[in-house]
Amino acid sequence: MSIASFAMPPVAATVATDHSRLNEKIVIRDLDFHYGEVRALKSVSLPLYANRATAFIGPSGCGKSTLLRVLNRMYDLYPNQRATGEVLFDGDNILAPGIDLNLLRARIGMVFQKPTPFPMTIYENIAFGIRLYEKLSKSELDGRVERALRRAALWDEVKDKLSASGLSLSGGQQQRLCIARAVALRPEVILFDEPCSALDPISTARIEELIDELKDTYMIVIVTHNMQQAARVSDFTAFMYLGELIEFGATAGIFTSPRDPRTQDYITGRFG
Amino acid sequence: MNAIYQRRRRRNTIAIGAAIAATAIGLGWLALVLGGLFWHGLDGLSLRVFVEMTPPPGASGGLRNAVVGSLIMTGMAIMFGTPVGILAGTYMSEYGRHDRLTSVVRFINDILLSAPSIVIGLFVYEVMVRPMGHFSGISGAVALAIIVIPVVVRTTEDMLRLVPNSMREAAAAMGLPRSHVFRHISFRAARAGVVTGVLLAVARISGETAPLLFTALNNQFGSININAPMASLPAVIFQFALSPYADWQKLAWTGALIITLAVLALSIAARLIAAPRKNS
Ligand SMILES: Nc1ncnc2c1ncn2[C@@H]1O[C@H](COP(=O)(O)OP(=O)(O)OP(=O)(O)O)[C@@H](O)[C@H]1O
Ligand SMILES: [Mg+2]
Repeated sequence: MSIASFAMPPVAATVATDHSRLNEKIVIRDLDFHYGEVRALKSVSLPLYANRATAFIGPSGCGKSTLLRVLNRMYDLYPNQRATGEVLFDGDNILAPGIDLNLLRARIGMVFQKPTPFPMTIYENIAFGIRLYEKLSKSELDGRVERALRRAALWDEVKDKLSASGLSLSGGQQQRLCIARAVALRPEVILFDEPCSALDPISTARIEELIDELKDTYMIVIVTHNMQQAARVSDFTAFMYLGELIEFGATAGIFTSPRDPRTQDYITGRFG
Repeated sequence: MNAIYQRRRRRNTIAIGAAIAATAIGLGWLALVLGGLFWHGLDGLSLRVFVEMTPPPGASGGLRNAVVGSLIMTGMAIMFGTPVGILAGTYMSEYGRHDRLTSVVRFINDILLSAPSIVIGLFVYEVMVRPMGHFSGISGAVALAIIVIPVVVRTTEDMLRLVPNSMREAAAAMGLPRSHVFRHISFRAARAGVVTGVLLAVARISGETAPLLFTALNNQFGSININAPMASLPAVIFQFALSPYADWQKLAWTGALIITLAVLALSIAARLIAAPRKNS
């Protein structure tokens, strides 16, 4: 099937109502991914726009997480995993050798499916990463921690127990702590891999609201199994199936008039 | 109640009974050993034991040189062995997880872990005592360190491997260099386990006799010169317990009691450290 069938001009046209210009922050071209001999991504190409949220949807095992983990080269932690093709981040190919991975990952933050607070205090969970990149006075650092926690809508709940362990928070709070941690480093992009799948509906709603706000400042990419969530939080949606990108376009278009029958089947719940 | 359920209940009762009996037998022996130690060793336990040197046969004395020698050699063995063990274990878990080298090192380490300590004593005798021309406290410490290393390597690697990969991924995703990830995150999560491993290694070497007989030998004077033969509790116990003199035998019991109490204290400390805390 022809992946190239998604055309960029029509995509841009569908969001013509949005007056700010679309800026291609990340461009993925002919991306292939292998876990050993298994080919998990097949010639995927798509753009990701600055200040927009893009959702990756598709049935389990179709390669959404794999695609996400290419964007910050997370797969580099493991041998036998390799990506070929091009991923241009502000014009630079991040798959090229010689890329400073730590710098890349500081610019592209990630929030995982399961909350992963570090075994330290709430304050330290956030200050820890900042200190690595910047020399700040105590009061500046306090300010940064507070701003990050406010940004993640967690401040009011934890302001009186900043020295409690991060592990003592509830699941939803832990996830917001992880978002605060990512935000505190002032990345340009934040990747979310099913950030709400371990959370209750109320925490989910809070995190969705949060993602909506974060969009003003950051580029957001979110993997989700929840169609309503994709529709609610994203501006663009990519539907993947068996390692291929089937359809990419403005979320409203994908959900109201999908071009590919497989997309249609998936969003109406006929498979997946 | 049907027949199957009845049978299951009967089997359950039998299994519980067997488990209790096995526990009682195991603990019974332990109680006997401890009881014997206290019975024979307790009345010899006084400040004098720690102040006076080991006596010649027939005279009275204490175990000071043996206790001091044991402390020195155990301390040095931990000082040599712990850093090596922790670094190797860290490499295996954090850097070389997928390397062939790691599997090779782990295999050799497991062999070393179960090697009879007398073999280690002979090895150090061959590579240190013979070239130096005399027994010495330092070669005793090296022999003990060689016993410490595999224990620490093993616990360090195991404990670091218990740190979930998701934690490492989360740290890496923040752009933290690998050395930061394990120094500030993995170790924080694994600290209690690693400390426990070191304490268990101390417990393990504090009773080792064979490697010391080939390396540090013994010394009836209060020498703290690590370049000279050095006394140790196990070696003194070995010598005194086999002697025909009642005074020496009495001191051997007391020495055994001291080691046992020290190991017991260390194990309890290890338990307390490893116990989950609310704010770790
Ligand atoms: N570590 C791995 N080793 C080998 N194959 C893997 C590995 N991780 C994923 N795969 C394979 O790659 C394919 C894509 O997996 P991926 O995790 O990207 O799917 P996904 O779309 O995120 O699924 P889900 O919605 O269930 O999270 C699957 O077929 C999976 O079996
Ligand atoms: Mg996934």
